[in-house]
Amino acid sequence: MRDKALQRRWELFLLVVLAAVFCVNVSLSEFYLREQNFINMFQLSIEKLIVVVIMTFVIVNGEIDLSVASVMAFSACVLATLHRDTAVPFELAVVIALAAGVVAGLLQGAFVALMGLPSLVVTLAGLIGFRGAGRILVEDNSIGDFPEWFESLGQEPLVGRFSFALILFAVLIVVAGIVLHRTAFGRSVFVIGNNANVARYSGLNVARDKLLIMTASGFFAGLAGVLFASRLGSVRGDLATGFELDIITIVLLGGVSIFGGSGTMVGVALSILVVLNIRNGLGLGNIDQNTQTGVIGVLLILAVLVPNLVARVARSSQVRRVGEPSPPDHAGGGDTRQREPDLHPTQE
Amino acid sequence: MTTLLRFRPERLRELSLVAVIAVAVFIFSLLIDNYLGGSFFNRVTTSLAITAVLAAGQTLVILTRNIDLSVGSIVGVTAYVTGEYLHGHPDNAPMLAVAYAIAIGAGLGLLNGTLVAYARVPAIIVTLGTLAIYRTWLINHSDSRTITSDGLPDWVVDLPNSTLFSFGAWDIRTVVAGTVVLILVLQLMLGGLKWGRWVYAVGSNPDAARQAAVPVERVVLGAFVASGALAGLAGFLFLSRFGTITVNAGNGLELQSVAAAVVGGVNIFGGSGTVVGSLLGALLVNLLDLSLLRVPGLSEFWRDAVLGVLILAAVAVDFLVGRRLGRLATRARGRPAAGVPPPTQGAVDA
Repeated sequence: MRDKALQRRWELFLLVVLAAVFCVNVSLSEFYLREQNFINMFQLSIEKLIVVVIMTFVIVNGEIDLSVASVMAFSACVLATLHRDTAVPFELAVVIALAAGVVAGLLQGAFVALMGLPSLVVTLAGLIGFRGAGRILVEDNSIGDFPEWFESLGQEPLVGRFSFALILFAVLIVVAGIVLHRTAFGRSVFVIGNNANVARYSGLNVARDKLLIMTASGFFAGLAGVLFASRLGSVRGDLATGFELDIITIVLLGGVSIFGGSGTMVGVALSILVVLNIRNGLGLGNIDQNTQTGVIGVLLILAVLVPNLVARVARSSQVRRVGEPSPPDHAGGGDTRQREPDLHPTQE
Repeated sequence: MTTLLRFRPERLRELSLVAVIAVAVFIFSLLIDNYLGGSFFNRVTTSLAITAVLAAGQTLVILTRNIDLSVGSIVGVTAYVTGEYLHGHPDNAPMLAVAYAIAIGAGLGLLNGTLVAYARVPAIIVTLGTLAIYRTWLINHSDSRTITSDGLPDWVVDLPNSTLFSFGAWDIRTVVAGTVVLILVLQLMLGGLKWGRWVYAVGSNPDAARQAAVPVERVVLGAFVASGALAGLAGFLFLSRFGTITVNAGNGLELQSVAAAVVGGVNIFGGSGTVVGSLLGALLVNLLDLSLLRVPGLSEFWRDAVLGVLILAAVAVDFLVGRRLGRLATRARGRPAAGVPPPTQGAVDA
């Protein structure tokens, strides 16, 4: 119950921030309110947003996937290499590239779910390894000359002013929200993220769910990589470098607990809006990309810091009045990685 | 097996890592001409110094059940700022420049630590944020100027090549010897001082540590300050090794330091692992990284892929062996051994 109230408050907080950013942006530039500006805002980071949706599942499930940007590059490199070096029809090459993402996710998922290795370590190896696998394929070349339909898929609007990737993202986030919050599978994602042991003893198939989610993460990263290739029109080995930090930042800013077990898709959607609008506003104000990244960094810390401090101040005044001991902190304590004392700290 | 069990489990892990390193050296020496010659040894050990210092700091933080992702940015900031300082004051005492770098690193670590320990923001969020913030500050501060080796005093540029003593063609560089001594001292402090035991206690179980009157906040803060200070030192080493510092200096070192610590057997969930282990982990990662470059027929593009596979393999083997040893040790002694992860998922299912 407490959790739910906190989450509502969190979403409210993001909404307030969003409103403030909106007002500042409106006063900053007349271009801000144009429809095309909003579409561009999404369009320019649509691949990241697609991965954000699945990353929400991964983190709520109590895991993390640092390899997503490398898997994006890996899939795109598979596609580009098949296109350049073989006679495989391009449509089939796309399917193979998507399959490559699935294999990448499945492989890492197997180590996490079946062997019980920490996902932080497995996907750290994946971050290095899949980037390397992509490099083996394309070396330091840039591969382009994709078929016309493929490039226009990424660059031209499909329906009205919306590109294929944009529509896909819109459908995806709605479906993902329903799956996470309204289905039995979604419930089990939360239960496992909260305490995998309890979930196991309650008869949930923890390994299967974790494997499924890590595999899906690989698939969507691969899909995002292919879409990125179609938008850019060319593929290089360093495609999407560093995206994992942006993606994880958006998810955490959305109020998803890094320890797993709590978060909402609504929060993540608001966080997407906040981050996009801040970046857009700073861009309109002629503030460079680098400073934008710094601002997002500050926001990420403040986002957890401020509610923590407020809660503490509120509590200490309460304690003085009532003289009762205080409930635990919101973030689960800065120095504890798990949300509760656990006799088996090596557990996922 | 019983003789082996007389060792403490963390020593066993270190020994198995030494064996892995020995096997790797043996295999590479068959593949690569003149592999055991002096120049390659020197190259590995020089690049080891930076990673090992960072990995030691990272280990301290991970032991307390936290993580420091900002070290790469701290290396960049300190390398750049110390370079500027040396450009401005080339005649000052060398120790001042080193102290300057360490102090700046410690200051940045203090900010991380305060936010984690006292403001109770999870470490991964704080350091993910400061990773971006410190780098942003550096990029704005630098105004796209680069630090070049021209303006640096000679002693800084010569430092990486200064040799303490040599075994035949193998030179023991001053920097490398210093790093090893530093890590041994840290290890002794962790094992011998009350502070060291506190670090493990906090990482094993923060709530129990609090009940036992361990000053949890101060221990966590101390770990972050130490990690920042060591990253500052690594920044100085980075400056002296490369001479040319751009705003991208140290990018990605945070992941390398985590990889070294984890390969070195430091438990990512805190409470177990050693600084010496992280040194060995750093050695293995560096050794593989540089050796793969020289294997004939293996293009440079293969390096990362192979490195990823090897890190995963090292961790998986270490994990499985550690679990097995833990069970054996429990059986042999009738109580769980310290430093070995308790039986996990697989064991529960079995």
